[in-house]
Amino acid sequence: MTSTFLQFLFSGLTLGAIYALAGLGFSIIYNASHVINFAQGEFLMIGAMATVSLVGLGLPLELAIPLAVAIAAAVGVALARFAVVPAGDASVVTVIIITIGASILLRGVAQVVWDKEFHALPAFSGTVPISVLGATMLPQSLWVMGVSLAAILALGWFFGRTMAGKAMLAVSYSRLGAQLVGVPIRRVLLTSFALSAGLGAIGGIVVAPITFTSYEAGVMLGLKGFSAAVLGGLGNGLGAVLGGLVVGIAEAMSAGYLSSAYKDATAFVIILVVLFFLPNGLLGHKGSERV
Amino acid sequence: MTSDVHASAAPARRGGLARALLRPRTGGLGLLALVIALLPLALPNAYAYDVAINAGLNAIVCVGLNLLIGYAGQISLGHAAFFGLGAYASGILTTRYGWPAPGALAAGAVLVGVLAFAVARPVLRLKGHYLAMATLGLGVIISIVLNTESWITGGPDGLMLDDLTVLGWTLAGDHTWYGIVGVTLLLTVWLALNLIDSPVGRALRALHGTEIGAQVVGVDTAHYKVLAFVVSAVIAAVAGSLFAHYAGMITPGKAGFMKSVELVTMVVFGGMASTFGAIVGAVSLTVLPQLLVAFEDYESIVLGLIMIGTMVFMRRGLFVTLLDLAKSWRRS
Amino acid sequence: MTLLRVETLSKQFGGIAAVDGLSFAVEAGTIHSIIGPNGAGKTTVLNLVTGVYAPSRGAVYLDGAMVSGKPPYELAACGLSRTFQNLQIYTSMTALENVMVGRHLRLDRRLLPSLLRFPGVVRRDEAARDRCIELMEFVGCGRYVDADAASLPYGALKRLEIARALATEPKLLLLDEPAAGLNATESREVDAVIKKIAAQGITVILVEHDMKMVMGISDRILVLNHGRKLTEGAPDEIAAHPDVIAAYLGAAA
Repeated sequence: MTSTFLQFLFSGLTLGAIYALAGLGFSIIYNASHVINFAQGEFLMIGAMATVSLVGLGLPLELAIPLAVAIAAAVGVALARFAVVPAGDASVVTVIIITIGASILLRGVAQVVWDKEFHALPAFSGTVPISVLGATMLPQSLWVMGVSLAAILALGWFFGRTMAGKAMLAVSYSRLGAQLVGVPIRRVLLTSFALSAGLGAIGGIVVAPITFTSYEAGVMLGLKGFSAAVLGGLGNGLGAVLGGLVVGIAEAMSAGYLSSAYKDATAFVIILVVLFFLPNGLLGHKGSERV
Repeated sequence: MTSDVHASAAPARRGGLARALLRPRTGGLGLLALVIALLPLALPNAYAYDVAINAGLNAIVCVGLNLLIGYAGQISLGHAAFFGLGAYASGILTTRYGWPAPGALAAGAVLVGVLAFAVARPVLRLKGHYLAMATLGLGVIISIVLNTESWITGGPDGLMLDDLTVLGWTLAGDHTWYGIVGVTLLLTVWLALNLIDSPVGRALRALHGTEIGAQVVGVDTAHYKVLAFVVSAVIAAVAGSLFAHYAGMITPGKAGFMKSVELVTMVVFGGMASTFGAIVGAVSLTVLPQLLVAFEDYESIVLGLIMIGTMVFMRRGLFVTLLDLAKSWRRS
Repeated sequence: MTLLRVETLSKQFGGIAAVDGLSFAVEAGTIHSIIGPNGAGKTTVLNLVTGVYAPSRGAVYLDGAMVSGKPPYELAACGLSRTFQNLQIYTSMTALENVMVGRHLRLDRRLLPSLLRFPGVVRRDEAARDRCIELMEFVGCGRYVDADAASLPYGALKRLEIARALATEPKLLLLDEPAAGLNATESREVDAVIKKIAAQGITVILVEHDMKMVMGISDRILVLNHGRKLTEGAPDEIAAHPDVIAAYLGAAA
């Protein structure tokens, strides 16, 4: 009983860590630009696929991963520079279409550069399951949780302690105010895309040995990440992490105890229930209209 | 002062015929009828008819969706689910329960109307990205249900339908279906144009501009958002039913997230808050992928680039941008 | 006869009282102005009376019936209408359509007749159109009937909001700084419009900084400071009141 529960909890935490990273990606970009980047899932896919290719070319994993993350970050900057910046202050719907267009474009590119097959990345430190309190756990799950935690802490340090991070936070509070004190808005926007893309790529890479990857792998990961970000309250980094864990654990529990067919619906059921009662997410602030 | 009066009144009176042609309910509807009537002359084969019929069905959905997105200003990333529910309702009721097709179509429309009404109030309390998320989630949940409950929906393989029979007549063949879809599209456009130019339509457009500004003159904004949501959902359901009977089969993909995105893209691509823009968008983006088939693997790349390019360079959509260009060209 | 009565009305924003225990009454058929320095809570009072905000404490009575807590669209049905300091124009509609939305409650708003364009809907719409053109002429923006609202100059938009509010046929019209941003000539024209509105028997509550306008047309003036009533009276009493002079010129006076 307890061991099955633990089993589901471990897989939930593993999933949740990935959703948290994807959700953080949404939040970072949202804070810098009030854009919801529907191509966020594709960053996870690009990270994983690029790593698979680089490893296939004979590069050691230690070299392939940073290179893949850099590739994803570069794609992120290009997306911001050529699709989001030119849109300027277009309406919410317009920007949604742009980023969805970008996700379709990136999937198309992935299809051409790579293929339509599923790919696996070798596990970082073997596949011998570890036994914890009667439940088993893949070593890769530890990698997922450990790397995610490290990334989240590093991000916390970046926003809390560095000038660039503080500048980005300033923009999220008041774009105009930040501009007035000399924060380069455009560079903040590009940085936010690089950061989210890199973060997404890391998530995509560490989870690839468990879930496999393909050119389409980003779609659901992206939507779950979006759910995580909305659940926590858009733009709230801690909320996105919390939202990711909630979504991941709930998904694993419903797959385990209820029906595996409906596991992908879990995230959306939760998000609907939460939004019906808290229209601004779990940790969001209630805004009031000024007239 | 007086010269000012004339300056602002003049454009309204100039070009009587051109203006009447541009006025939606007189010229626009007539022109659309003409195009629908004459198009078959340019359709060479069954494949072309198929594309035209699908374009027409998408146009019906988009004219309805435009009431919600373009006029009331509320996004929905889940409307394919209503299209799918309409299609499945028709499929299930006719094949499994032996209902007559018109009854199944009506039942599907009522079912979707009731469902949309039930979820609309809490969903439409949300704004912006939260609304996008909620409608997206709703659509995904419905499509997962359609995918999973295979005992009634046929699961991922989908559901086969018999030919549509109405009062003993079997409706089949490209020409018949072209006619059915053409007439339904005209009817939908007529209804939509009526609505837009009525107290209800003005209330929708007003709340799009400013909710508080609409409320202080008596517009119950929540009520009208729900109304637009339900009307657009019912129109999608009817189009879905027609599609299911026409295609002879329905699969869960037609209710999925990507189909919802496609529908919104059509509306925005053609031009929000323009009924004919929605039609232009639906037709362009139905025909385009057919042309892109030649590019094979590059289809998604081209489609993605077109979506980004249109939104960056023609923010108000293809039709509206071209219309504005035509107007300014005529003026100069 | 008292049309509007406000009793110990309070509104807190995160612990700060924007309006604090305010009571006043407005007689039917008068022009009642609310003045006070910036941040005195004038617009908040308007937002409370028109249902944009729900009061933290206290109540608003219209014709003796309690109306506080009702949403703005229900208050509109009770005969309340208003304009905004920060314009609330429907920018994607024509100027005339903006005013026609003001007829909303007086028209056939049922879905089916609208969809099928019943003759009755069309007839009432046409009557509303004529009435709204008259209203636009009445407030002095008749030349913009066919123009897109987004293309109107600022001064015309202010008048357009007044026309839209009048289209609801209100008992009580609340104007939030109708002269702000207008030049002297335009302000005098708005003066005249407000007087004409009052002459038709519509009660007016006016929030305004233009003292010339306030002193010239008000029957009664309420002075607010820090969310509270500083004083209330006829224009000549207010002009001579030492507290008012102090509040406006600072403690030095």
